[in-house]
Amino acid sequence: MKQVGIPHGLFYYYYYPLWKTFFTDLGANVISSSESNRLTLDQGIKLAVDETCLPIKVYFGHVQELCQQDLDYIFIPRLVSVEPKSYICPKFMGVPDMIRAAFDNLPLLIDITIDVSKSDRPLKRDIMRVGSLFTKDNSRINRAYTHACQENRFCRLLAREGYTMAEAISLWEGQPVKNPASGDLNIGVLGHGYSLYDSYISMNLIERLRKMGCNVFLPETLDTGSIEQQAATVPKRVFWTLGRKMVGSALYMDKRPDIDGIIYLACFGCGPDSLIGEIIEHKVENKSFMMLTIDEHSGEGGLVTRLEAFCDMLRRRRMLGEGNLPAYG
Amino acid sequence: MKVTFPHMGNAHIPIKALLKGLKLEVVPPPPISKRTMELGVKYSPEFACLPLKVNMGNFIEAIEAGADTIVMAGGWGPCRFGYYAQVERDILNNLNYDFRMVILEAPDSRLSDLLKQLKSLGENVSVWEAWKAIKFAWYKLDAVETLEKQFEYCLPRAIDKDAVERIFDEGLENIDRADRREEVSDYTNICLKKMQEQPCHNQPILRIGLVGEIYTILEPATNYDVARYMGRLGAEVTRSIYMSEWVNDHLLGGWIKKSRHAEIINCASPYLNYWVGGHGRETVGFTVNFARKQYDGVVQIGPLTCMPEIVAQSVLGKVSEREGIPCMTMYFDEHSGQTGIYTRLEAFIDMLQRKSYLQSSVSQEQPISAGI
Repeated sequence: MKQVGIPHGLFYYYYYPLWKTFFTDLGANVISSSESNRLTLDQGIKLAVDETCLPIKVYFGHVQELCQQDLDYIFIPRLVSVEPKSYICPKFMGVPDMIRAAFDNLPLLIDITIDVSKSDRPLKRDIMRVGSLFTKDNSRINRAYTHACQENRFCRLLAREGYTMAEAISLWEGQPVKNPASGDLNIGVLGHGYSLYDSYISMNLIERLRKMGCNVFLPETLDTGSIEQQAATVPKRVFWTLGRKMVGSALYMDKRPDIDGIIYLACFGCGPDSLIGEIIEHKVENKSFMMLTIDEHSGEGGLVTRLEAFCDMLRRRRMLGEGNLPAYG
Repeated sequence: MKVTFPHMGNAHIPIKALLKGLKLEVVPPPPISKRTMELGVKYSPEFACLPLKVNMGNFIEAIEAGADTIVMAGGWGPCRFGYYAQVERDILNNLNYDFRMVILEAPDSRLSDLLKQLKSLGENVSVWEAWKAIKFAWYKLDAVETLEKQFEYCLPRAIDKDAVERIFDEGLENIDRADRREEVSDYTNICLKKMQEQPCHNQPILRIGLVGEIYTILEPATNYDVARYMGRLGAEVTRSIYMSEWVNDHLLGGWIKKSRHAEIINCASPYLNYWVGGHGRETVGFTVNFARKQYDGVVQIGPLTCMPEIVAQSVLGKVSEREGIPCMTMYFDEHSGQTGIYTRLEAFIDMLQRKSYLQSSVSQEQPISAGI
């Protein structure tokens, strides 16, 4: 049985069920690296160029972990675009090449190019090419891909119930997940999935908020139609898939009366975030908004203090009633 | 209507000619100064890349100087530049400036769209006059680049480097002022001749390739003029990007002259096999190309957090190792201390000079012992 390694980073949180089902259906054994931890980051920092963003460094760490295992293939997709006329980020487009340049002991790389910006034909061809590594039966590859897409949709449906994508993936794999307890504050949390749902990168942001008595609203739990509708209100369509989702979600949350505040988690050095954060900050008018920027700095105290202050402020504001607030804040 | 545009190196000369040809009143932003940077940094998003901040400074200073219409380019990603104009407009609006912004959404290789957008700017201009304006601007651009190339060649070789710089700057100014084709070509020839007549030394010259992000390469104010500095240290610098090539490749689809774009892209493989936005793949391709042309070294420059350049930088280590060319990467932000940058450049050039000296002496004196 062939062993395929999938690094536990970047778009893992959006597409792992798809990838895993696809390779398992083709008769391969899928091994994913462990959840991000101190060691992952340390190794990533050593291997990656200083200027790359934190999620990429962590991804390098995951690849390093997989390199130490006995694998036939390692799956590192080149994610160019997952929907028409939008991109993910230039770094995602170069990830397989960056990995190749940084590692000497790599197993064979499966670097499928996922680019549906113009048409989905090249993607279909690439899927066949990848599938043919495992089987010669074309209809089996097609079946595996259809099944994989179904599983991924199912996982997204789980996330709609209020779970984070990381929890939804655990549920999908059949592991028990605690039902999030309900709190008194409703907070919208935005950010790229690969930093937000990775509890090491985000310093456990979501769990911390829940412990502080907040109900966390994530882009995945909102209605996609409303997000798109709000995203279309900015003068120029945002050409980053995740960026557009963030702008849409922020504007949608801004208009929803039940949400008390919005937190945006950005990575230091993230290109799209540097502009998207600015746009959101300008456009969010009715809610309190806080932007958190993270890098490989691992002191949690600052983050906790800011979260506590944010929650305290929202609670005080509600207690006093908006009408009693002084004009200066 | 008083039109302004962002600075990008000497591009203001042809752009001014173009807009003037469209019968518009042009107010170019004042040259980029410390104040420009301060204004830009103050009002731009903290983590935006440097070109956006410089643009902001340019726009504010130009509006102060009386401009009321801003012409800015757009794009459709994945590089951040495509969204610059939107963010800049929002910020300027919030600062309560009164202006109109015309965004030329640069379509990839679709000249007709661009012409239409340009035409809408110059309302009372006939198609023929617009065409003449474009041709004249192209002519000026060509003249500017001829001078730039000669300057890059002469500066490291000249004994009196200040004199060469003076001649070059004067030549640019004359071209900028010229209103007719004949004047432009006269001034160009005079300037070329003066530069060639400068006395030269006959010490060995290093050849260095300058690769990276287009704005940082073209605008000396954002890179502390590293090209001139290296020239003064005795290195002939060849840039990877010239404005005319970019216009030819991206706006005209290689229509005016033969493009070497495809060849460069081929060079990037197998190191970087996909387009990564901006000039990432070109950076890698040119580095390989410079290595194969026996250049002594390559310097990569870009604004801090530039995404395509980070991808390129990640693979440059491998390129350097396999193709045998020393590479150095420098990122620039609003930090204004020159000394650190110049020290690094000096060290890099010292290292290259030593390397080429050792190589030449080894090849002359036959016995090669191990461990030199």
